[in-house]
Amino acid sequence: MSGDIAMARRQASEQGDFTALVNAVPYARFLGLQMFMQDDRPQARLPFRPGLIGNPRVQALHGGVTAAFMENAALLHLLYRLDIARVPKSIDFSIDYLLPGRAQDLFADCEIGRIGSRVAQITVRCWQSAPSRPVATARLHVLLAPTA
Amino acid sequence: MSRQTLLDDIRGYFEEVPHARECGIRIDHLSAERVEMGLPFRDDWLGDPARGLIHTAVVSMLIDNASGLAALAALSGPGRVATVDLRVDYLGPARRDLELHCEARCIRLARQIVFVQASVWQNQRERPVATSQATFMRSAARRTGMAE
Repeated sequence: MSGDIAMARRQASEQGDFTALVNAVPYARFLGLQMFMQDDRPQARLPFRPGLIGNPRVQALHGGVTAAFMENAALLHLLYRLDIARVPKSIDFSIDYLLPGRAQDLFADCEIGRIGSRVAQITVRCWQSAPSRPVATARLHVLLAPTA
Repeated sequence: MSRQTLLDDIRGYFEEVPHARECGIRIDHLSAERVEMGLPFRDDWLGDPARGLIHTAVVSMLIDNASGLAALAALSGPGRVATVDLRVDYLGPARRDLELHCEARCIRLARQIVFVQASVWQNQRERPVATSQATFMRSAARRTGMAE
């Protein structure tokens, strides 16, 4: 399994093909998350589908989907950037909702704030129509080397 | 509108939410004081298949559903709420093959803001895998719903 992740990372970095990396995380695949390189940085995208709607009366995207997409984008970003053999464990996750989510695709990019020997901090920015108008920002802490 | 009619309206609203239906989220309890939800296990929920762990973002997605509904149920009449923020602490791993249960309670209903706390567990309520704190903004509306 750990070899699979190393191979998936190589495929992403050498060929820009993130399919195997996303498929290593069943929930990311279930959501329909995609990753690609944009200006030399990995970017995540969640294509819209009707199953992601949270409020059918106003056709708004489910807030829990936005959160789940952003946490997945952060974990996949770490899997891509760091030489780790397994999916890092989230310690905590915090999201601020800035604009209502529309029935459209979501995009996210991530920035690693700190990498210690055990814990990493990463922030995520998520938008729909324009990167300058984020619909949410989030941050999480992850455990890189579980002691147990 | 009587309390029971309001709760029936909220339940009816939730049953129409496409993403909650897609995931198979079940309401186990709904009152003004608290909401309890269940999410049956699926392989799609895995985050780390090698270790048989459910993705932490699935836990957050369930919390988002239960907390939003708890905020709506705490209102004295029909209305809408929009999520301002959500913070989740992942206290321990959620294991495959077991259901997730979430209880959310409104801890303060202010004039414009609703504060909700939640916890998630698998087989023992006393041993939560996550706890959370969410904040919602109230908005005047004739119809029940989330995030306009």
